[in-house]
Amino acid sequence: MIEIQNASKWYSAFRVLNDCTTRVAKGEVVVICGPSGSGKSTLIKCVNGLERIQRGSITVNGVSVGAPDTDLPKLRAGIGMVFQNFELFPHITVVQNINLGQIKVLGRSKDEATDRALALLRRVGLHEQADKYPAQLSGGQQQRVAIARALAMDPVAMLFDEPTSALDPEMINEVLDVMVGLAQDGMTMMVVTHEMGFAKKVANRIVFMDEGQIVEDTTKDEFFGTRRGERAQLFLSKILSH
Amino acid sequence: MQYNWNWAVLITEPYLGWIASGFGWTVAVSCAAWIIAFFLGSAIGVMRTTEIRALRIAGAVYVETFRNIPLLVQMFLWYFVLPEILPKSAGDWLKRDMPLPEYWTAVVCLGTYTAARVAEQVRAGINTIGRGQHFAALAIGLTPIQAYRNVLLPIGYRIIVPPLTSDFLGVFKNSSLALTIGVLELTAQTRQIGEYTFQGFESFTAATLIYLAVTFTVMAFMRRIETRTAIPGMISLGAK
Amino acid sequence: MTDGFDLGIIVRSVPFLWDGLQLTFLLTAIAVAGGLVGGTLLALCRLSSFAPLSFAAGAYVNFFRSMPLILVIFWFYFLVPLVVGRPVGGFYSVLIAFTMFEAAYYCEIVRAGIQSVRKGQIYAGQALGLTYRQNMLYVVLPQALRNMVPILLTQGIILFQDTSLVYVVGLHDFLVSADIVANRDNRLIEMYATVAAVYFVLCLLGSLGVRKLQRKYAL
Repeated sequence: MIEIQNASKWYSAFRVLNDCTTRVAKGEVVVICGPSGSGKSTLIKCVNGLERIQRGSITVNGVSVGAPDTDLPKLRAGIGMVFQNFELFPHITVVQNINLGQIKVLGRSKDEATDRALALLRRVGLHEQADKYPAQLSGGQQQRVAIARALAMDPVAMLFDEPTSALDPEMINEVLDVMVGLAQDGMTMMVVTHEMGFAKKVANRIVFMDEGQIVEDTTKDEFFGTRRGERAQLFLSKILSH
Repeated sequence: MQYNWNWAVLITEPYLGWIASGFGWTVAVSCAAWIIAFFLGSAIGVMRTTEIRALRIAGAVYVETFRNIPLLVQMFLWYFVLPEILPKSAGDWLKRDMPLPEYWTAVVCLGTYTAARVAEQVRAGINTIGRGQHFAALAIGLTPIQAYRNVLLPIGYRIIVPPLTSDFLGVFKNSSLALTIGVLELTAQTRQIGEYTFQGFESFTAATLIYLAVTFTVMAFMRRIETRTAIPGMISLGAK
Repeated sequence: MTDGFDLGIIVRSVPFLWDGLQLTFLLTAIAVAGGLVGGTLLALCRLSSFAPLSFAAGAYVNFFRSMPLILVIFWFYFLVPLVVGRPVGGFYSVLIAFTMFEAAYYCEIVRAGIQSVRKGQIYAGQALGLTYRQNMLYVVLPQALRNMVPILLTQGIILFQDTSLVYVVGLHDFLVSADIVANRDNRLIEMYATVAAVYFVLCLLGSLGVRKLQRKYAL
């Protein structure tokens, strides 16, 4: 589904991604973790072309993200993305947020889009908030709306960029529960997160990044079970001690 | 100080008519110029926020050019110089056949000048929104144009209502420069009344009060617009 | 119109234009200085806890900010001789007009600058036992000024451009000097283009300098 081959990226002299190679198969849940500044957020943004790689290739469903003739809006419409800071559009209501892409990109009618939006809001437990504005919701609620907005496009895969790290602790679980549900329904997911509980529960593979490189790319059981590189060990002990 | 007061001059014909007509031209110049400034300025402001280098440079050149030459000099360039450097037929049309040449020159001059200011506000508004919103709009598959149209501009304009208001009032005040090329707007008319009647104090007072009244009306109106368009739950960035 | 672009006329009128430019600089310098002093006093009044004072200062600022500069110039050109009782020439009227007008704009800049100083700094000054005057003079204003420098300079550039409006009362500044040559020798294109170019270069250099300064002092 998602193939990343030798992806590299520089900001002038600073190398943010260094020869990264990994893949996410259909129905797989891959968790990417690593210390801050390790390049994981950059990597996931390259998958739908929000950031560009300078060397290597990324393909999604066989379509090359970097190719000049690729219809990026179309490709992005097929991949859902959830951001660290939610990024709901503040000037329109919750249901309009979910409808915007459906109407403008997929060409659905307003009624059709609203039906779908309300169904998704029900699924994330927020159908009563449909006509509120994003700023009137809590962080956890906003992030659940953001997930619904991404799902409304009927994506073949979902990208999560630290979806819980801007949330207060008591709101993290309501978002993780929705994500676990998605994973159990067979959604293909690439998730940048520090939530190792989530990884243990639903991940198929764990990718550990450090200084722009993929240091480990293993199954969940290996990652949590066996001995690891020193950096990963150190990182994991810090994460799990909280 | 010797001065013969005669406030009645303000309501005597033809002077009352002069003031009314002057105010009319002030409004006509300001509004037409603002339409140009708003649309041209928005386009240039957007250009300066795109990924395309050539557009960004073109936008910056426009802004720096129009910002760094005094408005009065620009007025003379449009009015006296432009018809001479255009091909002869176009120049002749500007000089002879264009209807209301002073009016349209003033409108275009003020509009293009103010567009540079509007462009800076629009750019600042969009930059305040941040990359996250831009990414989110692209991530649901919107094209760059759709992202500006449906997300970045609607939010950006709300943020910059206060500075745009002061730019609009700027156009309104700057429209007085049109008198230098012969548009008989409010300031020109009141000066003329002063010269005809030697009642400069009264006529300038009339102009002053009209400018004050318009300023306060526009500000009150824009404050209502600001409240009306405020996004529920958000603290407006521009709130005073 | 006359044929061709005549560089010679520009070269020949350089001394005359230079005189005009000097007047422009002089006007700018005096108006900046006067406006800054007046603006600072106004800002202190506006921030005063004595309500009538802050109200009066606020009214002054809002009044002048609602006026077109041209009207203000006309006002003082008309009023000053009347008050003095004899003709004083355009220069002094215009200077007063610019100073009073600019004070309103500088007031808002200084006020924002003072308000940008953190409250804790004021408390710290008070805790040391400084009087209001000492606290303003040694603690608040120096910090405020530093925050304001870029905006003050930008306002100076705007003022430099605005001095061209003395055209309406016929003072021989840079623009009027060029205008005189332009009409005398029928060389509008050359003279107006020169004026535009000189203003453009000076103002662009000024604003580039401001931006550099801003980057240097950015925290």
